[in-house]
Formats: sequence, C-alpha cells, structure tokens
Amino acid sequence: MLYREAGQFKATYVADQAMLPIVQDRWFIAAVLGLAYVVVPFVASEYWLQAVLIPFLVFCMAAIGLNLLTGYAGQLSLGTGGFMAVGAYSTYKLVTMFPEMNVIVAFLLSGMIAAGVGLIFGIPSLRIKGFYLAVATLAAQFFLSWMFNKVPWFYNYNPSGTITAPPRTFATLMVTGPEATAETRYLIALILVTVFALAAKNLVRGRIGRSWMAIRDMDIAAEIIGIRPFQTKLLAFAISSFYCGVAGAMSLFLWLGSAETEAFDLLTVSFPVLFMVIIGGLGSILGSFLGAAFITLVPVFLTNAPQLFGFTMATDLQKHLEVMIFGGLIIYFLIVEPQGFARLWQIAKEKLRRWPFPY
Amino acid sequence: MKPSRLAVFGLGALTVFAGLFATQAVAQNEQFIPMLVYRTGPYAPSGIPVANGFRDYYTLINERDGGINGVKITFEECETQYNTKLGVECYEKLKNKGPTGASLVNPYSTGITYQLIPKAPVDQVPILSMGYGRTAAADGRVFPWVFNFPTTYWSQASGFINYVAKQEGGLDKLKGKKIVHVHHNSAYGKEANPTLEVLAEKYGYNLTLLAVDHPGQEQKSTWLQIRRLRPDWIFMSGWGVMNQVAVKEAAAINYPMDHFVGNWWSGSDADVIPAGDGAVGYKSTSFHGAGANWQVHRDIINYVYGGDEAKAKANNLGEVLYNRTLVNAMFGVEAIRTAMEKYGNKSMTGEQVRWGLENLNVTKRRLKKLGMKDMLRPVKVSCVDHETGGPVIIQQWDGKQWKMVSDWIPTIRDVVRPMIEKAAADYAMENKIEPRDCG
Amino acid sequence: MDILYSFLVAPFVDMWGYPVFFAEVVINGLLTGVMYSLVALGFVLIFKASGVFNFAQGVMVLFAALTLVGLMEHGVPVWLALALTMVVMVALAFAIERLMLRPLVNQPHIILFMATIGLTFFLEGFGELLWGSNVKKLDVGIPNESFEVGGILLNQFDLFAAVTAAALVGVLVVFFHKTAIGRALRAVADDHQAALSVGIPLKTIWVVVWSVAGIVAMVAGIMWGAKSGVQFSLSLIALKALPVLILGGFTSVPGAIIGGLIIGVGEKIGEIYWGPLVGGAIENWFAYVLALVFLLFRPQGLFGERIIERV
Repeated sequence: MLYREAGQFKATYVADQAMLPIVQDRWFIAAVLGLAYVVVPFVASEYWLQAVLIPFLVFCMAAIGLNLLTGYAGQLSLGTGGFMAVGAYSTYKLVTMFPEMNVIVAFLLSGMIAAGVGLIFGIPSLRIKGFYLAVATLAAQFFLSWMFNKVPWFYNYNPSGTITAPPRTFATLMVTGPEATAETRYLIALILVTVFALAAKNLVRGRIGRSWMAIRDMDIAAEIIGIRPFQTKLLAFAISSFYCGVAGAMSLFLWLGSAETEAFDLLTVSFPVLFMVIIGGLGSILGSFLGAAFITLVPVFLTNAPQLFGFTMATDLQKHLEVMIFGGLIIYFLIVEPQGFARLWQIAKEKLRRWPFPY
Repeated sequence: MKPSRLAVFGLGALTVFAGLFATQAVAQNEQFIPMLVYRTGPYAPSGIPVANGFRDYYTLINERDGGINGVKITFEECETQYNTKLGVECYEKLKNKGPTGASLVNPYSTGITYQLIPKAPVDQVPILSMGYGRTAAADGRVFPWVFNFPTTYWSQASGFINYVAKQEGGLDKLKGKKIVHVHHNSAYGKEANPTLEVLAEKYGYNLTLLAVDHPGQEQKSTWLQIRRLRPDWIFMSGWGVMNQVAVKEAAAINYPMDHFVGNWWSGSDADVIPAGDGAVGYKSTSFHGAGANWQVHRDIINYVYGGDEAKAKANNLGEVLYNRTLVNAMFGVEAIRTAMEKYGNKSMTGEQVRWGLENLNVTKRRLKKLGMKDMLRPVKVSCVDHETGGPVIIQQWDGKQWKMVSDWIPTIRDVVRPMIEKAAADYAMENKIEPRDCG
Repeated sequence: MDILYSFLVAPFVDMWGYPVFFAEVVINGLLTGVMYSLVALGFVLIFKASGVFNFAQGVMVLFAALTLVGLMEHGVPVWLALALTMVVMVALAFAIERLMLRPLVNQPHIILFMATIGLTFFLEGFGELLWGSNVKKLDVGIPNESFEVGGILLNQFDLFAAVTAAALVGVLVVFFHKTAIGRALRAVADDHQAALSVGIPLKTIWVVVWSVAGIVAMVAGIMWGAKSGVQFSLSLIALKALPVLILGGFTSVPGAIIGGLIIGVGEKIGEIYWGPLVGGAIENWFAYVLALVFLLFRPQGLFGERIIERV
C-alpha cells in the first residue's frame, strides 16, 4: 500500500533511469534530508551533534568510500585508517602552509592526495586477492601511521607530534577550530556527505560502477568482455581513497579538532569502517549509511541504556556487558540477514507494498 | 518469520532513539566532577588504580569533611577504554552535569587531553593534566585553561639527568656516558626526546633514542640493540603492555636494573609484577611518595572503607597510580576550595575553578592538614607558570613494593622553561591565540 | 651517495664486522618467529577446515590465558588448570559451532569473517567480565634463565617456547595428514557440500578444529602471557601473526612456521640494521611489506594451495 508503484508511468527513458524512480522514495529521501538539514540543527544538543551525529557523518563518508572499493569493486581493504590519516595530515599541511586557502578546497585537494596514495597501495591488488589483499593493505595502514608519526614535517615540527585544526572561516562563518559551533560543523559535514553520497550513487550506476561490479563478480570474465582490470581496480582504489581522505579531513577538522596517528588506528577506525560496510550491505550506498548508524549509534545507546532504564552498575561491568551485547548483535544480524541492513530495507519495502492487506 | 524479524529490528531502532533523548534532573549545592576512567580495555591495569584513587578521595572529602566547605562533591564515571573518541563522547556527556557543569576535567590520557585543550576556553571547563598532556601548556599566557603542575615530561627528563649526574658524581661526569631513551612510538613517548637532546648537547653524554612500536609486546630488537650498546643508563617512556615486556626483557639480558629508570607512567605496580623477581631493583621517577603509610591512607581506610584495610588494599590503596590520583584529586579539591575563598561557599563554575587553579597555593602546612605531609612538595601556581617545574623523586621496586630511594631532585628550569615558552608561542601563532598579559 | 652508502653498504659491513652479534640477531629473530607462528597456527587450522578467517584467534589467546591464570589464582594446581582450560576451550568450540557457524553455513567468506569479529567483541567482554582487567602474572614453572653460548645470549624460556611450537607443529602435521579425521578436515576445507555428500560430519569437524585452535591458543597464551603478564593487550598479538599468515599461506601448517621464521628474522634484521637510519620502530610495517614482497611473487603465500581460477 505504502510502496505501491501502480499508476506511476514513465514516458521517457530518462525518467525510467532516474535514481529514485518511485515517488515514495523521492518523498522519503526529501523527508530525511529535510529532517537532517532543518530540524536536527535546531533540536539536537551539543552532545548529540558532537558525540553522535558528526562522527556518524564522518563514518558515513569513510564507509561509502570503502563500500566503493570493497562492496562494488570487490577489493577487500583494511587500510581505511591509513588513507584517512593521509587526508587529515595533508589538509593540515595545506591549511597551515597556505592560510588563505579555503578549507573546503583543502578538503578536496587532500582527497586528491589520498587518492594518489591509494593508487600506489592499490597496485598489489592486481596480483593479490581476497584476504591476502586485506592483510597486504595493512602494510599501507602501518606504514602510513608510522610515517606521520616519524617525519616531523607532517606535524610542523611541533614537539607534541599532534596536529590541531587551526581556526578557519568559510564565507565569514567559523567552520573549524574550537570557536566553530557544533551546528556549523555538523552542517558542513552534512553537505559534504550529501554531495559525495549523490556522486557515489551516480558513479556506481554508470559505466565505472558497472565495470567495478564486473570485476568483483569475476575478474577473469570481466577481462574477457573487455574491462581492463588494471585501470578499473586502480580507479576503485583511487576513488575510494579520495572518499576516505575527505573523511579523514572531516574527522580532524569537523569532529576531533586535534589528532595524532592513533586517531586513525587499525582497531578503532579501519576495522569499524569495514564492519559498517559489511553489516550495512556490501554494494549499497544506503547500506553504508545504515552500517555507520549501527556501529556508531548502538554503542552510544548501550552506554546510556542502563541509566535510561533506571539502574546503575559499576562502570567496568557495564562496559563489559556493552561490548558483549554489541558483539552478540553483530553475529545476530549476520545470521538474520547476511546481506546486511540494505537487504532488510529492501525486504521491508516489498512488504510495505501490500501492507496491510494480506496477499 | 520475515515480518517478525523486521518488527524486532524496528522496535530495536525505536528504543535506540528513545534512549538517546533521555534527560536528567539536577540537584543544588553540589560540586560536580566528571571522571573519565578506563577500567576496561588494554590500559585497564593502569586505569583501575587511577579511577579508584579519584573515587576514594572524593568520597573521603564527603565523608570526613562533609564536602568542600559544606558543598558535597558529586562525581560520575564514564568509561573511555583509553580511547580518545569515547573520551570525547564522555566529556560531552558530562560537561554540563551538576548545578554548575563540570568543575574541571582530569583526562588521564594524552590523546583526550589534546582533544580537550582547544575546547576548554569555549566550554569553560579547566583541564588539570597532572604530569602529562601537552607540555607547552605550562605557559599560562597561551593556555589559560590548562594546568599541568606540579611538573611535566620535559622537567622530568631533566630531573632524570640530574639524578644520573648525582649517581655518577656530578654533572661534569656525564660527559661520554651512554644513555638510551626507550620510548613508546607515539606523541607521548617522544615528549622527552627534545629535552634529552638539548641536555646531551649541554653535558656531552651520548644519547640513543630507541622507539618501540605500539603496543610493544615484542621488543627483542630494541633489547638486542641495547645489549650491543651497553648503555650506562636507560630511561624509558613506556605505556601499557610495553612496560611489562621491557622490564622482563631488561632482566633477560641481565641489564643492571638499578640503572634502568622508567618515567612516571612506567613505574606502577602493574608494570613490575609480571616480571617477578627479575624486576627487583627497577627504578622509576615520580613526583609523590609511594606506599600506604601516609595519614591520608589511614583516613581513607577509616572513612571510606569503614576500617576494612584488606578491602582498601584490594582497591589498590597505596599503589603508585592510586597515590598519584589521590594527589591529583587533592589538587582539584584544593583549587575548588581556593575558588570558594574568593567566590563564596557554593557550587563553583568552571571559570571560578580556573581562577582557583591559577591561584592555588598548597603549602607545607596545608599538606600536613590534608594528611599528605612530605608525600609531595608544596606547589604554588601562577598566571604565567602552570607547571611550577617541581622536583622529581626516584622510587625503586624491591620485589614487594615501591620505595623512595632518593631525595627530591630539582629539575633544570633554565633549559626547560625557554623550550616551553617557545613551543607555546608556536602553538599560539598557529592557532591565532593572543597570549594574555599576566601583569 | 652517503645516503646510498648507509642504506646499501653500511648495514652489510656491520653484519660482516660483528658476526657474533649478527648471529645473535638471527637466532633471536628465529625464536621470535616461532612465537609468531604459534599464534598464526590457530588461524591456519580454522581457515583450512572451515574457510573462516578467524579474527577472534587473538582474543581466544587472551581468553585461554585469562582462564588459565584465573583458575590458578583460585588455587587450582597447574596441571588441573591446564586441563580445565582445555575443557573450557572445547566447550567454547561447541558453543561457537552451534550458535554461530551452523546458522551461517555456506555464507560468503567475508560474512564469516565479520561474524568472528562479533565473536571478538563478545569474548573480550566475557573474558574480562569473568576474570577482571588487571594484569596477572602467569607462571607455569617454565625456567627463565639467560645464559651465554659463545657470546650469544640465549634465554631458556625462548628455547622452551621454540621446542613447544615445533612439537605442536609436528603433532598437527601428523594429525592432518595421517589420521582419518585429518583427511576429513582437508576434505571439508576443499568444499563443504562435497564433503557433506560423501558423509563427512561437518559439525563434528568444525567442533574438532575449533577445539584444536582453542588449545593452540592456550599454548600461545601461555608463551606470550609469561612475557607480558596476562592482560587485554594479549589479544593484539593477532596483528603480529597476520603477516606470518599471508607469507606462509592461509592453508599451510608448515607455512605458518616457515613464515614465522622469515618474518621474525626479517623484521629483526630490518629494525636493527636499517631501522636507525629512518628513525626506528619500523618492525610493524616492515613485516607486512616483507610479506607483501613475497606475495607479489606467490599470491597464495609460500605454501598456500594454488589459487586456480576458472571462468
């Protein structure tokens, strides 16, 4: 009933190929965007913005990036944290070297730099596949974080070895640094994520996305029908790293404000982003959002849950239970729907087509 | 099957969102202090005594004195697992609790401290990073909201050099001595490097820096290099599992343990226990006394644990890190008390506590009254100097407990302070901060 | 030129000039490598038999060590504690098979990998919940004296660990190649469904292999735990095992040993002779790069089964 597309006729091919061919989808997306852009900045507290929503957006960006590589092009990578670090450090260098540079421009430029680095570390993917590749990308992760830690030039020789987002404005609005309000930073992050999610969505519908999927499904077969694995795989690495780089820049400038390489650690960044992609749904942009929501929001909920239901317990006990429940939930959802939340959403849509009428 | 699955999922999502919007009531005439703790995760062995020390001291103040001048301390723990991101989440959650918000924050993590430094002036929550965090914050003109007294990593490194000089028979004897700095390969671990390098130039000892990659479970190559170098002294800035392994490896290559000195995050009880007898003789720097024989410990046993000494010991009473947080908690409480002298006996705001920290003067007499006579040196903070460059003390592990084995060793102020001021000035320039005038 | 000299010539001159020290480096590298292999073995066992890249292996090491130490702290004698820990690990294998693997039969590898990450979280919380987060001293009575042989310092404990690992590998190789259940394991590794169709009980096989991996984890936990004390960081040891794993091949038990030795020696030599030139602490990434170089020539690892692709 809710999702009934009966009566929605397309008269042109363009209309038929639209990103959201069904009216309800368009309304739904419009509602979500309206909520995110208009309602949230007014109602959300600083805790919500700073500790929940901004990290959520940063991880959405990274998850989209990794999903392009892993979900669409089929190349398993654990180097996400490393590429994010490239983005963060190069934005920092750009912004401190050229103080007049617009921050957003710096974000995009450092995305490019990250793409370049991704290209280099993508080269082994031509020979190495599957988990071997995943472990090989760890070389990127460890090497990059070692380098940013070791070469003082990257952190402007400051004795603490950490980088701090300097205050910068965007059209008279303070967007980074401690003075920037959480609302501004949230909105900037939101705009970036919206734009890049749209770009990604279109990318995967086009020639590039299709060639990635062909490579993912069977690279030899893809090669036979004329897709060059070399260019295709490297392009996937580059574009994915671009997204991760921007996500890294966002995490330093819009979220954390100050970071050392530890902020782009394997266990706290690279792995979680991979979980997001898998649990959200490989090969789905929507899945990246759902996965990021799951991995960032559920722990926050679990932390606050006991207080909510009115019992207090020792902090350590609570954390242990929290971690256990979180692990259990991951396994549970994989058993329920191995193809991720995106697939659950699809099933839900099909149900809603007829609901509430029995078939 | 399918619909029920979906229903469960939907319900779950709903609860998540409902849960996040919960609010809480606020009581009056209380002083709220947030506690970012790490009782779980890789650094829990250090985090547990730290958290217990804070908790016990605040409880002691409430039980024995009825709060600070009648204002009860309230505190809430939030688990960070020593993870910077969780730390920031905790901070955001706790910073507005209590009638006047968080009075001050003790991050107990280098990463979290760095995160909070830019936020402090905006949120009006002073940071007390006692002996860790950003060393440059010792310059109060650039960092009005950050305090790292009584002493910092840089001062500590200079104190270590002074100690070595004393053992060797004078600063002139340092010439040609081989000193190795084994450090955690992170911002924290590298803190002491510049000071040691500057002093190496000044006194002519040969410095070798050996970095150990995180987490530091495998240090064979480091200790092979040490075996080859045969240094006269080893200084270590380690953290977590790195400490335990280093102590064990040092013992395994038969290095004389009394020439192996850890910094104050490498000298806790948890660091030496796994190495067993091998650790006997291992030293570390500190800036407070060790052991459980101070008046404050007796008070804690009586007022907090109702005389149950065994239970108190099981809660880390008298361990190095426990004592350190007693001192830390004391500084916080005294700062609030100082602020109350000016602003009256009510809940202090972060701004007022900041004033209290800056005008803190913990005298010898005061320490005696607090039950910490001789446990640490008096501290007097000023607008310019948020560090005070306090002296360090060397403690040694005797197989059962840490014992103080030196006098208070002065730090080398005339070398360290200019370095601090330069680092602070650089920070101010990069972040467009106008240093304030301290008059 | 100076730079080239210091990178390309000086380290070798150094090695040649101080052969005793070089020998010591190599021997210590070998001994460390064996310790890596111990952890890598657990990964190999499970991957071989169920195609699961078990990320939880690191946490199983921690869990086993925690259980052992926790029991010993409660006054249980060493031998009994060891036996009880084995029982616990077998019980864990049963639970994992029943609750996690069985519902996920025939899912893609990456989903199973993800599930083991969920398992990692669960076991982390569960282990600490049961036994606390403090460092615990582990002493099962293995001697720990250092002695010098011809200028080379050796540690009894390291040697003991090496011998244990070698023995363990020997037993496992025999188990895989000579026993009926071992052959069944290899059949399962090749193809779940084909194995099922010839009457191999998949469930039993999985329980067996996860139990064996659990016991290997316990041995690794004892060896590593004796060094650092038993604490949370023990689970991070998995990261040290991964380059060993890809170098040796995911499916080869001897590969895990050879890979461990190569990585162990390689990273020690790299760190000691080249590390100082670039600031040190290169071990972590150096191991991965080393493995990567080998992979470029043999994408399935040194001893991995050849990857055959058909269209």
